[in-house]
This record gives sequence, C-alpha cells and structure tokens, in this order.
Amino acid sequence: MSNGSYKWIGTRPNRPDGADKVTGRARFGADFNMPGQLIGKVLRSPHAHARIRSIDTSAAAALPGVKAVVTAQDFPDQPNVVVPTGEMQVNLRDVTRNVMAREKALYEGHAVAAVAATTEAVARQALALIKVDYEVLPHVIDVEAAMKDDAPVLHDHLITEGVKPAPDKASNIAKRMDNVKGDVEAGFRQAEVVIERRYATQPVHQGYIEPHATLASAAEDGQVQIWSTTQGHFQVRGFCSRLLGVEASQIRVTPSEIGGGFGGKTVVYLEPVAMRLSQKTGKPVKMVMSREEVFRASGPAPGGTVAVKIGARRDGRIVAAECTVALQAGAFPGSPLGPACWTSFACYDIDNIKVVGFDVVSNRPKVAAYRAPGAPISAWAVESTLDILAQELGMDPIDLRLKNAAKKGTKTSYGPTFDTIGFVETLEAVKSSAHYRSPVKPGMARGVAAGFWFNVGADSSAAAHVAEDGTVTVISGNPDIGGSRASLALMAAEELGVDYDKVRPVIADTSSIGFNFVTGGSRVTFATGLAVVNSVKDMIRELKVRAAKTWKVDPEAVVWENGHARPAGSNVGEFEPLSLADLAASAGRTGGPINGHAQLNAQGAGPGFGVHVVDLAVDRDTGIVTIDRYTAAQDVGTAIHPSYVEGQLQGGVVQGVGWALNEEYIYNAKGKLDNPGFLDYRMPVASDLPMIETILVEVPNPHHPYGVRGVGEVPIVPPLAAVGNAVARATGVRMTDLPMSPPRLSAALDAATPRMAAE
Amino acid sequence: MAKTHVSTTINGEPVEFLCDPTQSLLDVLRDNLGLTGSKEGCGSGDCGACSVTLDNRLVCSCLILAPEAEGHSIRTIEGMAQGDQLHPLQQKFVELAALQCGICTPGFLVASKALLDRNPDPTETEIRYWLAGNLCRCTGYDKIIRAVMEVAADMREAAR
Ligand code: FES
Ligand code: FES
Repeated sequence: MSNGSYKWIGTRPNRPDGADKVTGRARFGADFNMPGQLIGKVLRSPHAHARIRSIDTSAAAALPGVKAVVTAQDFPDQPNVVVPTGEMQVNLRDVTRNVMAREKALYEGHAVAAVAATTEAVARQALALIKVDYEVLPHVIDVEAAMKDDAPVLHDHLITEGVKPAPDKASNIAKRMDNVKGDVEAGFRQAEVVIERRYATQPVHQGYIEPHATLASAAEDGQVQIWSTTQGHFQVRGFCSRLLGVEASQIRVTPSEIGGGFGGKTVVYLEPVAMRLSQKTGKPVKMVMSREEVFRASGPAPGGTVAVKIGARRDGRIVAAECTVALQAGAFPGSPLGPACWTSFACYDIDNIKVVGFDVVSNRPKVAAYRAPGAPISAWAVESTLDILAQELGMDPIDLRLKNAAKKGTKTSYGPTFDTIGFVETLEAVKSSAHYRSPVKPGMARGVAAGFWFNVGADSSAAAHVAEDGTVTVISGNPDIGGSRASLALMAAEELGVDYDKVRPVIADTSSIGFNFVTGGSRVTFATGLAVVNSVKDMIRELKVRAAKTWKVDPEAVVWENGHARPAGSNVGEFEPLSLADLAASAGRTGGPINGHAQLNAQGAGPGFGVHVVDLAVDRDTGIVTIDRYTAAQDVGTAIHPSYVEGQLQGGVVQGVGWALNEEYIYNAKGKLDNPGFLDYRMPVASDLPMIETILVEVPNPHHPYGVRGVGEVPIVPPLAAVGNAVARATGVRMTDLPMSPPRLSAALDAATPRMAAE
Repeated sequence: MAKTHVSTTINGEPVEFLCDPTQSLLDVLRDNLGLTGSKEGCGSGDCGACSVTLDNRLVCSCLILAPEAEGHSIRTIEGMAQGDQLHPLQQKFVELAALQCGICTPGFLVASKALLDRNPDPTETEIRYWLAGNLCRCTGYDKIIRAVMEVAADMREAAR
C-alpha cells in the first residue's frame, strides 16, 4: 500500500545498529563500568505503610568497604508544587519522596536508604546493618477501599482537586475529572437499549527485560556524568538537576542502549541516588536493580474500576454514553487519568457523553506510563459493553462500530475535532480480511475490539552534518527503543535523495544536542522524524547556497533533486549537476562545513485507531485460553519501515494478551507483593501464541511531510476486550474482571454452570 | 572469602579466572571477563537473557555457579559470529527485524542455535516450545520464530 513515489520510505533495510545488537556488542544500562567504581544498593521498606521514626546508619557506615550511606536527609526537601522538569509536569515534593522515603514509607519496596561500597557483597552486608525504626501503620491496597471514608490516609495534605467546594479533609482521592459533551440524560431518554456494566483491571508491569541501571560520576568541580538506561536522558538531567540543586548544564547524561521501557523508563529511581552517592564519595557509583526490585519499586500501570453505561437505538446508533473511571495512582498522585477518560469513547461519534474520573492513591508503587497509558483500562470496559450491545441487537460487531465510527470532523468529548483519521478504513480492512471472512473453527469463538490513542508530538532537536566524502550523519536525542534509528535514516535519505547506507543516525547525549522530550507517546518517528527532516532541509538550503557560489548564480536559481544541486531552469546557465560529494569536497572553498539544524515543538500528531480480531478456544475444565489466530489492523499513517511498524503492532498485541489473560500483582494481607518475579508474574511466552497477523492501513497524517502517525501505543488498547469478547462468545460467560487467568476463568465458568443448566 | 581458580574454555579459547565460590557464571562472564553480551533480566532462570551453552548444553548462566565451569567448554553470544561473518541466525534476525530493543536477542540467538544444532528441521511448535524459556517483551515473538524457521530452511537447503 506504500506510496510508490518514494525511494526509501516504505522499504525494509537492515537497522544501523543491527550488527551491534546481534553480537552482544551493544552496551545497555548495566554494561557500563568505570575504573574505581563503587556499587550502590538500596534498602527498601518491608512494610506497606509505616512512619519512619529514625534511621541509624552508623554500623553500616563503619563496615570496611562502605564509602557512603544516604537517606532522605541527603536530599534537599522540595516544595509541594508542580513544575516543569525535563518538560514533564511533576510535583517535586512527591518525586523526591518516591526516590527516597522521608516521613513515611508508602509501599513495600519504597527506598529508605542507600549505600555505596567497594563490592556488591559489602553493599548488601551494609544494608543489613542499617537500623530503621518503623511505626507500622494500617495500609490500603485496592482502589475502592482507598476511596472509602474510613480508609487509612496516605498523605495528610492531600485535598481532592477538581471538586467544588474543596473538601475540608484529606483523603486518598487526589483528583476528580469531569468530561462532558452534550446531554447524557436527554440522550439516554432516546435510547431503546441500555447496557450497563462494571469492570475491574489489575495493575500490570511494563515488563521490560532490562532492569533499571545507571552509573554516575561526580567530579570535584561539580560536573556530573551519568550513563543511564532511560527513555529520556533530558528528563534524567532535569530530575537530577532539580532534586540535587545542580545546574542542568553541569550534568551530562548519556543514554545507553535501552532494553525496553514501554513508558516505565520515563521517570527516575536510581539516578539521583547514584549521583548523590558519587558526590559524597568522589567515585563513580554504579547501581542496577534486581528483577525483584523492578517489580516492587518501579512503576506498574494502574489497575482500576470502570462503570460503563451505553444507550443505543435498535438500529445500532449510540445515543448516549457514560463512564466512571477510578485509577490507582500508587503511593503518589498522578495516574494516567486524563488519557483513560479522554480515550474512553474517542473511537465513536456520539452526541452525548459523560465521563467522570478519579485519581486515587494507595500503598503501592507509584504508577508509571505504560504504552497508551490509561487507554487499555477504559477500552476494556467500553469495548466489552459494545460487544454486549452488538449481541443484544444481533448486529455484527464491526457493523456496529462502523455505524458509530468517528470520522474527520467528529468532535471528541475532550475538545478537539478530528482531522483526517482512518478508523472507518481500518474497520473495513478488517471486515474484508481473510481472517474475518473465514468461518470460525468448531470449538472456537471470535472476538473483536477497537482502540484509540492520540499520539504525541512535543519537543525535538536534530542536526545533520556532511562529511568530506559526502556521507551524512544525522544527530538526534531520543534513545532508540525499537528501531527508530532506521526510520530516521530512511526519512533523511529520502529527503536528501541519497542512499540509506550513506546516512548514519547517531543519538547524542544531553550536552551534544538541544532538548528532546522522552521517547514515548509514539512521538519519535513523528516529531523527531520531523526535526530530522527539517535539519536535512536546512542542510539542503546551505547546499544550494554552495552550489550557487560555485556557479556564481543566485541561490534561488538552484534546486535540489535526487541528491544533486541543479540549475532551476535553462535560463540559469549550463551547469553540470553537483552531487552531495562534490559539494562536500569543495566545502572548504565555498564557506566551510555544511550542517543543518532544526528544533521544534511538533503539532498535529495524527491519532491512531486499531481494530483487532482474535479466534480462541477455552478449556472449560482448566480455564486455559488458547489463542488460535490473531489479526491486528491499524491506521499507521505512512509505514516508514514496515517491519518495525508490524513489530510494534505484534508486540503491543502480546502485551495486551498478557494483560487480558495472566498478568496481575498479587498482594497478601500485609500489603506485600507475593509475585515479584517472572515465574509468578506470568508474561506471555512463545509457546502461548500463534503468529500475529498485521494489516497496515496507510492513511497519511496531513501534518507530517511523509504522513507519519505514531504507531506504538494503539496496539495494546484493543486486545483486552478482543480476548474478553471472544471468551464471552465461547463460553456464554462475560468476564468483567481481569485477568481472565485459568483459576479465575474456571471459577467463573463453574459458578455459571448450575445457572446455565437451570435455564 | 578465598577465591576459587577455574580453568575453562570460552568460545574456543582457554580461559582461567578467579572467582568467589558463590558467584554465578553470568556474573563472572560479565564482571570478571567483560563479556557483557550475556544479559541479566532476572537472575532466577526465568527469562533466558543469560543463555549460554555448557558443553553444547543450553543453560541459564545465572543459575550456574562459576566454579562449575571448571574443565568445561562455554559458548556465549560473543563467539557466535565467525571472523567478520555473522552467523546466519544473526544475519536473519537483523534482516527480519526480529529484535526491537535487542536486550533479549543474545539469549534468543544462543538458544536458537542450540536448537538448530540438535534439530535442523523443527516445526513452528517445536521452535515455540524450545524458546519458551526466553522472554521477549517487545516483538510478540512473531518475527523471532519466523527468523528461526527461515534459517533452518536455508541451512537445510545449503546442506543438500
Ligand atoms: S538472567 Fe538468567 S534466566 Fe534471566
Ligand atoms: S526485543 Fe526487546 S525484549 Fe526482545
């Protein structure tokens, strides 16, 4: 489906960092070392909720080999204000408390102290010598329990935002959010069918295979170098600068290769601690989390509850829709409540919508972003409810969605009106797909669901340089988490009209390129891609100036085509075209080096829509779900490197399948996590799955020169309900609570059996 | 703690090292010998990122004590390419985009090679079960499985 007029875009060359990554050469977070480095380790709270009366570090500090011990006292306290930090809006008071507990430990695994020692063994020994005097407090884990009047309150200062008049006492409800379009009451009065259900999901971890890791080296003159596995080294710089009161330009953060993030590596845990330990010791300090620490202390995606009510006419037209979403924020406010609310009905053109959301704190690790943050939770509820509606109306689930699909001109409940979008095209692509047209095999059932994500633009900087032989380096500042180097090089090659392998993409540290927002929100190929294209355009402008100088003509009289400067017309004069290599070779005589630069705040990230179909079987005895066939269709804008676009869809689907079927945090009565490892936190493995078929629907984004839309977020949104809808159609039992794990599903089937027998 | 002296062969070269008796083979490879291609995703045998072969047997190096390597032959990801030639599996993983972030890739490559050394003609299901001990969170496994299937087919073709 690719636009045939492109030479490079839409092709599938080898990624520039391929050889490094298949040979073990690529250096990830834990692969950096410095001579004389110390090993840092964190002491973590064994309690879900406890006041810290005192911490005695003297015995630890006296242990031979221990070079420093830090507690919250080593970090300046921060005001209770929300400020831009690395361009994220964060409450510094909360961030410093999440990095190191201050008055209270708020979840099991919360950092309370850290040591730096000559070896890991000594560091571990030292942790055991730190004496923390805890006053254990009552805790609360679940979101609904945390919202009750008599729930233990985590923060004495937390007054619910978004409620008028403001409550006079603190609670665990950090925020209420209201989103209204039209008049839902009037809408429901027109409805001939109303479906109402309540759903719940469990928190799930991003599950990146590489644990958090960092190495910090603070010099005597105050300059600091940090190596870190992160989705945003500019954010690491911003956080460390704010939390430790060091000027941003004194801190140079170099991103390592990153072993997955999915949103979970957009925040800091270890970096400020390693930096403080390094400042105190004058030595480089390396810190790496264990998998258990990753589970206990790094941000999962929230769990939550969603109540949905949808009213429709008998012909399938939806006339009113309402939902209430309550999300776990973890120990500090700030779940992805906005996106959960705004995406809930974004796929549909509905006149009357009401969405209410609550951001709720409880004694769990502070949540972090996870692929389309918040959206899978509300989609699980809304798309399940739509399936019930389709069954009730006897309508094909795709036809029901087509009848209500958002299009160009549809006004969303949260404000914007859609420009060119491809939801209808995506639904139709699925409807006419081989998978959807094939009969469902005996013993199987088919489920369908849709999903939406805004996609993100934001800030990017890029530079392009020509070397003396005419080869090109493009420099950007976003860690490559899934092949973005290849996409950036493809766009640069296309723009410049040179071969892909003449372009080297490089990811620069915070001191070597201007600011870049995180790798996240599916923004890099769009926004950083735009910056790269603009930096190349800037370079082409300079190349034309150099050609004009060579020919002694006006720069306006020069055009750039297929990697060559040419006279704009025959009236300019007879000149042989000058290649990039020609112009590079003569650069010294025409004005010196030839570079291009760009910086921007990218607007117009095109939203993406996905439609998924799954065929599966349910073993009634064990509750085991076997997925037989899965197809994911999505409007991807233009697929710059289709293999990596397909890969985003396939990876997102499988994470969504894990969320649907197995993944959950299991807390015991003491508020401690019982499954902090990959054995008991069950992520999908190869033998759980079939191939994941993809359909790339290319509806170019009008706000990008190559039509790019972000693609990475959408594919995790539909799978939860696609799987749930198939399970409901296979068994006649509608699961409302995730995960649909074998024990839960078989219990639900058992519970339903006598009733079904009696019917 | 007194160090233990271990004599072993790594990627075909004789190697001697000193280690703590409680150190894992993975830690020795990464920290003592600088072979950081093997990755630690869990340290508990659940992710396969640390996969190596010990006398041609596929193992999780995080579960092997370093002194157990005494007298044995170990192969790691660093020994997979021959000279400047990538192994066909390495080449195919790059061509088919069977990696996104790449942290799981060394483990998958070592495990896949161990499979093909044993069974040159595996079915898709056999590949999926053989690789079920290797976690990948990025790719959904599709392109990894395809890469192994294609390499197996190519190698059979070449062997005819
Ligand atoms: S690190 Fe050895 S199996 Fe995960
Ligand atoms: S490519 Fe990232 S974990 Fe496999």
